[in-house]
Amino acid sequence: MLSKRIIPCLDVREGRTTKGIRFENNVDIGDPVEMARFYYEAGADELVFYDITASHEKRNIMIDVVRRVAETIFIPFSVGGGIRDVDDMRNVLLAGAEKVSVNSAAVKNHGIISQGAEIFGSQCIVLGMDVKYVGESVNIPSGYEIVINGGRKYMGIDALKWAVKAQKLGAGEICLNSIDADGTQDGYELKLTSLISENVSIPVIASGGAGNPGHLCEVLTKGKADAALIASMVHYGTYTVSEIKTYLDSCGVKVRKSW
Amino acid sequence: MIAIIDYDAGNLASVERAVSYLGFKCIVTNNIKTINSSERIIFPGVGAAGAAMDSLKRLGLDSLIKQAVIDGKPMLGICLGTQIIMEYSEENETPCLKIIDGFVKAFPSDIKSKDGSRLKIPHMGWNGLENIKKHPVLSNLHEEDEFYFVHGYYPNPNDSEHILSTTDYGISFASMIGFNNIIATQFHPEKSGRPGLSLLKNFCMWNPS
Repeated sequence: MLSKRIIPCLDVREGRTTKGIRFENNVDIGDPVEMARFYYEAGADELVFYDITASHEKRNIMIDVVRRVAETIFIPFSVGGGIRDVDDMRNVLLAGAEKVSVNSAAVKNHGIISQGAEIFGSQCIVLGMDVKYVGESVNIPSGYEIVINGGRKYMGIDALKWAVKAQKLGAGEICLNSIDADGTQDGYELKLTSLISENVSIPVIASGGAGNPGHLCEVLTKGKADAALIASMVHYGTYTVSEIKTYLDSCGVKVRKSW
Repeated sequence: MIAIIDYDAGNLASVERAVSYLGFKCIVTNNIKTINSSERIIFPGVGAAGAAMDSLKRLGLDSLIKQAVIDGKPMLGICLGTQIIMEYSEENETPCLKIIDGFVKAFPSDIKSKDGSRLKIPHMGWNGLENIKKHPVLSNLHEEDEFYFVHGYYPNPNDSEHILSTTDYGISFASMIGFNNIIATQFHPEKSGRPGLSLLKNFCMWNPS
């Protein structure tokens, strides 16, 4: 049977990894290529890189990071952050990423999903969604609204409607980040995760809020997620990927145990 | 030299990177001379069967691959490459290379796991192998090893002798095929960490008798 995937997430700014707490006060913790090697050898099933470099001129630094990561690890990894068009997608994929994720650009221009899927295949295109709970309303029937620009701009778009639409446009996977849970280490947003996962037929990666292995168990069972993103709980050495998998295995969650 | 066949079917650089990392010389090519003079062939591919068969025919690679198989040259099929060696694919209703008897079928859209929960299509992620047959390319495989899959269609060989392993995703399907000098995987060894690299390395040194 298919294993649930455990995916460390690395934020990269100008070629160095950071971990943001609620998108602010990023702390520098190292070299992305070395961290990729570390997590590859530690049993991570996949990696996610977010380029949070502010200046567009410095974005070629990330392409070089992607190329060096691809020469070092032999598991899939995706790259997101600042992907504006099909050319940005192509650069990342040609440098060696398995998948590319789009977030704000897709909200503003739906065509980037369909064009990307047509040129590179749906399996390459991940839709990143930043979501905040705002309460149910006529415009936001699910109560969950799409926000962009790192959680600062509310878009008036219902998260569930957007997920279903993005799947139709050709997204092959959804990386679902709860702004409310992100950085809290209090657990994933289970209600949001199961709502989206049960209403799309593509895999959903849960993101935001992981603090201990029990949180992963919850989101991969009750939350119906296909994969779980982790950051601080492994970056600071609180848990290893192996410890998390041993715990999940003991809870009856199918994980990859040999690497 | 190992020829990695380039037929406009996705980004083949990951296969090239993995083979080079293992210390073997390889080239991504659609040049018939280069492929003919190669010691072995890797036939990868990501994408749809219809477009892939069109490209193979346009480049004159369809008959070349069939001839290489007859000549006994070691060949590794990966993902779409594995499907294309079958008779026919349900994807775009495509007649394929007919090297192995059997069709390529779509996963049923209402596919469910043993506990009754709905399974998503495509089958994407890490999964294990069952009913593994002995094969030189599969030495050093551990029982719990898993491999990375991304596919909505699967090969279904008529002759069970050709099935080297099966994988469970609601149904049990052929995840590896072996026949004379051919070995073919539905998963991506180049993206499957240690066990994938081990399989690739074994293939690069395999001399089918």
